[in-house]
Amino acid sequence: MKYLLLLHSPSGAPVDQASQEYADTFAAYAEANAAMAAAGVLLDCAPLQPVASATTVRVRGGRTLVTDGPAAEIKEQVGGYTLLECADLDEALKWASTIPAASSGWVEIRPVVPVSMPA
Amino acid sequence: MASVTRLVGDLATAEDAVQEAYLAAAVQWPAQGAPANPRAWLIGVARHKALDTIRRDVRRREKESAAAITVGPAPGSSSSADPMTDHDQLGLIFMCAHPALDLPSQVALTLRSLCGLSSTEIAALFLVPEATMAKRLTRAKRKIRDTGIRLRVPEPELLGERLAGVLRVIYLVFTEGHKASTGTQLVRGQLCDLGIDLARGLARLLPAEPEVAGLVALLLLVDARRVARTDDVGRLVLLEDQDRTRWNKNMIREGERLLEQALRSGRPGPYQLHAAIAACHSTAPRAEDTDWRQIVLLYGELLRYEPNPVVEANRAIAVAMSDNPSTGLEILDRLRGHPQLRDWPHLHIARADLLRRLARAPEAIDAYRTALRLPLTAAEQTFVTERINQLAG
Repeated sequence: MKYLLLLHSPSGAPVDQASQEYADTFAAYAEANAAMAAAGVLLDCAPLQPVASATTVRVRGGRTLVTDGPAAEIKEQVGGYTLLECADLDEALKWASTIPAASSGWVEIRPVVPVSMPA
Repeated sequence: MASVTRLVGDLATAEDAVQEAYLAAAVQWPAQGAPANPRAWLIGVARHKALDTIRRDVRRREKESAAAITVGPAPGSSSSADPMTDHDQLGLIFMCAHPALDLPSQVALTLRSLCGLSSTEIAALFLVPEATMAKRLTRAKRKIRDTGIRLRVPEPELLGERLAGVLRVIYLVFTEGHKASTGTQLVRGQLCDLGIDLARGLARLLPAEPEVAGLVALLLLVDARRVARTDDVGRLVLLEDQDRTRWNKNMIREGERLLEQALRSGRPGPYQLHAAIAACHSTAPRAEDTDWRQIVLLYGELLRYEPNPVVEANRAIAVAMSDNPSTGLEILDRLRGHPQLRDWPHLHIARADLLRRLARAPEAIDAYRTALRLPLTAAEQTFVTERINQLAG
């Protein structure tokens, strides 16, 4: 099964790439991701630009509406994602708990609906 | 989460009424549930005569409607032709108590798939509308399927944590039956029996886990007092006032034996400690023979596993019994302001009892009245009201 892990960090990611904090965070994520890659479960992962960069699109009545910002004003925003291929939820839980965001914030695990291409 | 995982203790120390309710007090228990494999798991669980009674009633009203979830082999296949291996049974237990499911669903799933109860029967046992139960069942079933919760025994590093969840579910089945609720005696007894059977079944599958044996011991030692807990008209009888000759000797002996075995493992845990506290009561020929000093020590030890004010309150009551009421009262008064205890009626009942022992009747009446304003079962309300009348009269 595929699982999309949504990484929430209330404090946000360190911005200053020259800072020690940035280096530490980067290293912590690199270590967790390397372990997942070595186990063969990691499909994809990346941090996301801050929510200020969000753009929302809606198509209504044939018209495309593009707005600045996220769709809803919510305090906590997704700061990154990890896409895993795991045997079951327990395996996904095990890996999710190794991601730094699980300690500094939380990780929401969403099973991906398997969609097959129409023949 | 910590408040949910908190085990509940044995406020029996001062009063049985307090104790019995305390067994469930720290755990929120909204009755709901979910369906699973209708395969009866534990030998004998589905065969209780008492359970058959309710089953017949339920069948008459409605056939089981909620869809069964397929776990392992197809649910239609007969268990004799297709027995689940012990490993599968164990995996099923862990699946039902998976932390990704809410607690009421875990309990209902356990009753559904391990005890072979229908969703309608579970609704009847927990006194919830069948439609409510069916909806919960469907939701839990969907969650299991969609999130990829599988029937499997957790890996060793996860086993202890997950086992605690399984033990909690079984404990909740028992306490739901044990606490005085709005249900009939019959219904309550059935849940106690189911809880004990589940614990025994788990002990058979995990014979080397002292906490599992500790749970079996705890349930046996508490349930041994079942018939002595109420009088002819269903009123609660305090532990100190119970006719101890009515306690079930066989259950007490078995509980003590299991507890001793578990303790010999040298891996203590909260269930073993709760069982040890229950054993302090069951081994006392008379209430005044109770080894309260030992109970104080055991609660002190329990605080290491369950550092919460409810256990502290229990310890305070034991202190009051072993030392003197005013020492215990001092501790209780200090705990009274704790946000977790403010709306906990049993703290006020315990305070009232100590005040009563100290011959401070007006204050005792006040404390009982405070408890009456908080959620109590019908039997507890009767008990508290009678106490007020005694003190006022």
